[in-house]
Amino acid sequence: MSEMNGNANGNNRIRSAGRLLGSVGLPTAIIGVFWLFTLVAGHFVGISMSTLVSDTIKRAGMNGILVLAMVPAIQSGTGPNFALPIGIVCGLFGLVCSIELNLMGPAWLLVSFAISIPLAAAVGYAYGRLMNAVKGSEMTIATYTGFSIVALMCLAWLMIPFQNPKMGWFIGNGLRETIQLDAVGGAQLLNNFLMFTIGDVIIPTGLLLTFAFFTALVWLFFRSKSGIAISAGGINPKFARATGLDIDKNRIIANIISTILGAIGIIVYSQSYGYAQLYTAPLMMAFPAVAAILIGGATASRAKVSHVIIGVVFFQGLLTTALPVANEVFAGTDLSEIMRMIIQNGIILYALTQVKRGVQ
Amino acid sequence: MSDSLLQFRNVSKSYSGNSVLSGINFDVKEGEIHALIGENGAGKSTLMNILFGMPVITSTGGYEGDVLIEGKKIDFKSPHEAMYAGIGMVHQEFMLIPGFSITENIKINREITTPNVVSRVLGKRLETLDMVRMNADARKALDTLDMGIDEFILVAGLPVGHMQFVEIAREIDKTGIKILVFDEPTAVLTESEAQNLLAAVRRLASKGIGIVFISHRLDEIVGIADRVTVLRDGELVATKEIKDTDAVEIAALMIGRKVAISRVQFEGRAISDEVFMSIRDLHVGMPGEMVKGIDLEIRKGEIVGIGGLAGQGKLGIANGVLGTYPSRGEVVFNGKRLDLNDPHDTIASGIGFVSEDRKGVGLLLNESIELNIAFTAMQVGNRFLKKTGPFGFQDDAEMRRHAVKMIKALDIRCESPLQHAGNLSGGNQQKVCVARALTQDPIFLFVSEPTRGIDIGAKKLILDLLLKLNKENGMTIVMTSSELAELRSICDRIVIVCEGKVEGVLSPDASDADFGLMMSGSRIKKTEDSSEGRSVHV
Repeated sequence: MSEMNGNANGNNRIRSAGRLLGSVGLPTAIIGVFWLFTLVAGHFVGISMSTLVSDTIKRAGMNGILVLAMVPAIQSGTGPNFALPIGIVCGLFGLVCSIELNLMGPAWLLVSFAISIPLAAAVGYAYGRLMNAVKGSEMTIATYTGFSIVALMCLAWLMIPFQNPKMGWFIGNGLRETIQLDAVGGAQLLNNFLMFTIGDVIIPTGLLLTFAFFTALVWLFFRSKSGIAISAGGINPKFARATGLDIDKNRIIANIISTILGAIGIIVYSQSYGYAQLYTAPLMMAFPAVAAILIGGATASRAKVSHVIIGVVFFQGLLTTALPVANEVFAGTDLSEIMRMIIQNGIILYALTQVKRGVQ
Repeated sequence: MSDSLLQFRNVSKSYSGNSVLSGINFDVKEGEIHALIGENGAGKSTLMNILFGMPVITSTGGYEGDVLIEGKKIDFKSPHEAMYAGIGMVHQEFMLIPGFSITENIKINREITTPNVVSRVLGKRLETLDMVRMNADARKALDTLDMGIDEFILVAGLPVGHMQFVEIAREIDKTGIKILVFDEPTAVLTESEAQNLLAAVRRLASKGIGIVFISHRLDEIVGIADRVTVLRDGELVATKEIKDTDAVEIAALMIGRKVAISRVQFEGRAISDEVFMSIRDLHVGMPGEMVKGIDLEIRKGEIVGIGGLAGQGKLGIANGVLGTYPSRGEVVFNGKRLDLNDPHDTIASGIGFVSEDRKGVGLLLNESIELNIAFTAMQVGNRFLKKTGPFGFQDDAEMRRHAVKMIKALDIRCESPLQHAGNLSGGNQQKVCVARALTQDPIFLFVSEPTRGIDIGAKKLILDLLLKLNKENGMTIVMTSSELAELRSICDRIVIVCEGKVEGVLSPDASDADFGLMMSGSRIKKTEDSSEGRSVHV
């Protein structure tokens, strides 16, 4: 008996090794190899590796939570949250309200979160209801919902009577397109918290801790009763129904969480970037996030927290590296931007072709 | 045999080593109505697929034996070739375009056209439709069927009976139609519509068309056919002249004694007289398995079997009570009225459910065995959770302990509790489904098609397990199955469902003919109705 067990364990080990190889999907492998290739190329054209690594870490950290927002939506069966701009504008709204209140530094950041989270929850609820009403074509509807919200908010940014001169146009009414967060002591607020350097590599501790904190929350959530129920509803709605789960309710919960993460994500992103970008800036922001999680190994119907981490590091790493390398090799062109579009949209296209009809 | 229009000679077919047809000899004469009857899976559809050269046959290595039409050997590569050779089929589901008129539906892809200026330049596909001649042709086909309906009205909104006729009209409008296959043509028709259809079939036969009539309605077959061929488990049991036989004999031939799973005798079982679940006027909207008003009483400690042919609604009952499909009616369980359409409530009241759709409904294929086993108990019973403040997180250690216990108790053959359920064999997957149901500690268990698609050894294990649960835990079990043999092996009584209603209740040792007649809904009752057959006709 013990011999049998030993044998089984051995088999398991071989099996899990095989699974590890097998679990690295085609997109992950291609992008990984490509990134490595640009890194090597970068080395030969004499680009500072430490700058590249610093930038990669920073950009992965600032995009991470936006990518994390994909997990609940995908797990619940509504597919990647192409309506991420909904959460983003909630976050931006909280952010500008907090500036309007004339808050500075950490207070500004916390109040931004405090305003945007309940707002995102309410909007996410409505969005979840919408997703339940359009089962079967969630991804298309989500994309256009996101576009519509951004357009609507373009009006709102102009018309809401904010008074604080830090973010208004110098002449006329409405908010500026780009608001410097320096003015409220918000630029790199999290990044600089406990920041240190290893050699020339800058580690933005606060930023990474924030990302890690929310990642851990999402990971924990999907081990809770409610999280497991949401996953089951996403994998197999018929199974979930036969087990007595309310799938529609779970999908709404998942989309609320996704929208909240979008809101938090954009605040974290903006503080690291140093600017809050309003108007049409959020329009296309869902796509890099969707691309990142797919590169990490997720599919349109299955995603894990590990996919977020791998994906955001690979995708942002590649973008960070490709830009200076392309500029060096093909001077005077905008090749890196073209490459970003090809990779980002190509990977989304690839993932959508893998979606089985009716299972999203 | 020279006047045979269609002839199958020693036709066999197997799918990857699994024989589904063996040595079938079957022929249809000119002007003959030849009925084909058999239980689901007996091989009727495979036989017809061979005749039509369906891709499902050609892509799986073809078949053995010969098919001859008017003495000439044929080997169709596609349904299109079969159509040109003069074979037509009237489908059970209508293949009509609702927004088109009757004429357009009849003439689709065979339109009569006249050349015009554009088509002379750009080709034949742009020729003008000759509606006058098309209407005339459609009229002729409809008249052949004695259909008074106007040919120019739209198909949308026609009664189903008429749609069926349009479908037939389309087939007979094809020039040179020789053989027409009717696949359960009366299944969706009302009685009077069915009568009209049968009359039309007779008329077609009198014009010299050979007819293959597939149906499970025995009285219909006895009424219309010239000969009948009975298939069972891929073998031809008998071909008989209708005048030499009767419904009772056909029914007995259809059921037959299969490889009997011997009935186990068991003592010490306590069946009380207490009605545990009473179902009143249950209607379930399960597509393909509609239940249209079932009344049933199940006593504590019983094992009740629900049998019947596929599509008659037997699978709808368990799904309806559980609420996986929309249902209405009154179900009182254990003295409490169940809220139908609320599976959570039903499960919480102590009812377990093992679905007939193992891979679709029963399992999370890409999740571990242990999660599959613990899932329902966790979601409904709040078990396997570690409490941390207001949040409950999955308790891995407890889940593992329980899974290991279940794996041992049910003898699930797997590498570890972490293996994905999708990688298990059918029998072991079924055991995982049963394990999940048992983990809820149910006092009442619905099991649907527990042995579908699993091998004979595993079947026995599953059935023994159900018996054991009944005997040792006093669990009341309702087992729904297409396999009569397995219902007969463990059930105390067997409810036969036909056309969404309870046709009758039989004792497991009732005769084959009794089962056959009841399953095909024949109202012909045998005089020596077995004493065990408690009547639940309400």
